Amino acid sequence: MSALPSTAQAMTYREALRQGIRSVLLTRPDVFLIGEDIGKYGGCFAVTKGLLEEFGEQRIRDAPLSESAFVGAGIGAALAGMRPVVEIMTVNFSLLALDQILNTAATLSHMSGGQFAVPLIIRMATGAGRQVAAQHSHSLEGWYSHIPGLRIVTPATIDDAAGMLRAALEFLDPVIIFEHMNLYNMQGELTADAGRVDIEHAAVRRAGRDISLISYGASLFKCLSAAEQLAARGIEAEVIDLRVLRPLDEQTFLDSVRKTHRALVVDEGWRSVGLSAEIGMRIMESAFYDLDAPVERICGVEVPMPYARHMEEAALPQVPQIVAAAAAMVKHVG
Amino acid sequence: MSTLPTREHGLHLLSEMLRVRCFEDRCAELYSAGKIRGFLHLYNGEEGVAVGVMQSLRPEDAIAGTYREHGHAIARGVPMRTLMAELYGKLEGCCRGRGGSMHIFDRSRRFFGGNAIVGGCLPLSVGLALGEQLTGRNAIVACFFGEGAVAEGEFHESVNLAALWRLPVFFVCENNYYAMGTALSRSEAETNLVAKLSSYRVRAESVDGMDVLAVEDRARELIQYVRGERVPAFLEARTYRFRAHSMYDPQLYRSKTEVKEWEGKGPIIGLTQRLKAAGLMSEEDFIELQRAANAEVDDAVAFAEQGALEPLQELTRFVYAEQTA
Repeated sequence: MSALPSTAQAMTYREALRQGIRSVLLTRPDVFLIGEDIGKYGGCFAVTKGLLEEFGEQRIRDAPLSESAFVGAGIGAALAGMRPVVEIMTVNFSLLALDQILNTAATLSHMSGGQFAVPLIIRMATGAGRQVAAQHSHSLEGWYSHIPGLRIVTPATIDDAAGMLRAALEFLDPVIIFEHMNLYNMQGELTADAGRVDIEHAAVRRAGRDISLISYGASLFKCLSAAEQLAARGIEAEVIDLRVLRPLDEQTFLDSVRKTHRALVVDEGWRSVGLSAEIGMRIMESAFYDLDAPVERICGVEVPMPYARHMEEAALPQVPQIVAAAAAMVKHVG
Repeated sequence: MSTLPTREHGLHLLSEMLRVRCFEDRCAELYSAGKIRGFLHLYNGEEGVAVGVMQSLRPEDAIAGTYREHGHAIARGVPMRTLMAELYGKLEGCCRGRGGSMHIFDRSRRFFGGNAIVGGCLPLSVGLALGEQLTGRNAIVACFFGEGAVAEGEFHESVNLAALWRLPVFFVCENNYYAMGTALSRSEAETNLVAKLSSYRVRAESVDGMDVLAVEDRARELIQYVRGERVPAFLEARTYRFRAHSMYDPQLYRSKTEVKEWEGKGPIIGLTQRLKAAGLMSEEDFIELQRAANAEVDDAVAFAEQGALEPLQELTRFVYAEQTA
């Protein structure tokens, strides 16, 4: 990211999200929020702190523990012309609303022959790393990305955290915004000339020539750290932030692979049958002859997330693993 | 005993129910002939409920229902042609042939389906009502579902949320006593459905769903209440489906005697007898209404037969909205 003049604002990812939410609440009377503990509690991750006091109960609605009902309520309100932003506390609880998300929100447009659009935005916290164990540590964004009709975005940077919600409002499709819970405290800067973020393209976060590290969310920063370590060993990694998992911007990573001839996908979700398989397949379909080595991936180990710290660390992609895998791939002669 | 209507209104109610009955009977034939495919859930016997409730709904009100929704669609005014074309999977169908029997949608009539997931339309109805509240509009939402949906968590979540947030949802439970093949008494610890609503502080009543006049009367009052107070209400309509759950159902779970008994007290027979007994209608009137209904169905079938198929290259159209905000 470029060096910033004094007009850049220092803030956390959490603050960037709040700023983004607040700015749409201020400018769009049709936007309102539903979620558990978003009002009086201030938000489980404090993202919506202060919003109830500022915008009132009609627009910041604390919901009972009824994920299916309040997501459906969001769908209905969207059909009625509003622009609800529903928070499901974490992706782990979203399973209770999966029928509404898949069978109604994602499906209504196609199934009705285009009569209805469902301009619903859902925000969910996701990811692991805090020893919150099996039922609170899922990364299901790859799973959700399997579903036609949804747009799936994964803001990793401060600019994206602040800007993706507004970008999502430009579409009339259901959008799910995944916020990795380990990013909430991350410090960074909102670029003053951030401009409009889009939710259709991936971004090259670090240019390189030797290998493409393809990732998103919290794993992006692991890749960036790995890239620095690799640079010290003379390996220049290109780091791609996918940003949108559905529809995937394959052009960006294909262009990268055509340049670097090596691809390593880093995805916190479980290894088999997930997003990394999709990316690997796309590379094979469209850039096979540009590869000098097989596509590799570092993913979550296929276990329910254990509580014990050392076990959890072993179950997730880590920087040393990424460095080792990338270095070995670059050494590999095809 | 429900009050007698005027001749005109009585004939109107009967005509509506006959239109639904003739349509459904024709669907059964067409299904056997392979013209309609997939799942088909027919409304025979329950016509009194959709028709009775529909009398008090306005064009601006929203309606959401289940996979057994042909009757509701017809009573709402969705043209039979559009409906039949949809069942035929034709482009001229309300959903371009993409929905079929279980997914009838009509935006211009605020008809929101058509939902194949039991209980699936309840959260949606809550949301539509929330939309009314937030936009300051005055319409209500009529949400139709069977007694089987009462077992789903979505029922409880939705009723609670509608009551808590004071939303104008009229919950209409069509209790036909069987959720597919499972009798209510085998799935609910408390079969008194109205009693459940008191735990949510929602006004609730039960009505004889076979008496279209009674349904109309109770629905009118409850709809007025929902419209005026902007809070939910619940009406259980005790009814019975004369046909199987769907075309695949061998009906092992109920006796033929039971079905025959209920057929003898159906809504069409019931109203016909009352109108005739009161001298408001003759046999000729009935025959004419039936003829007209069948003619309308014939026309719809002819329309559907002529219909086109959606071009294959349009398969991925409307996955996303074609307009942007």
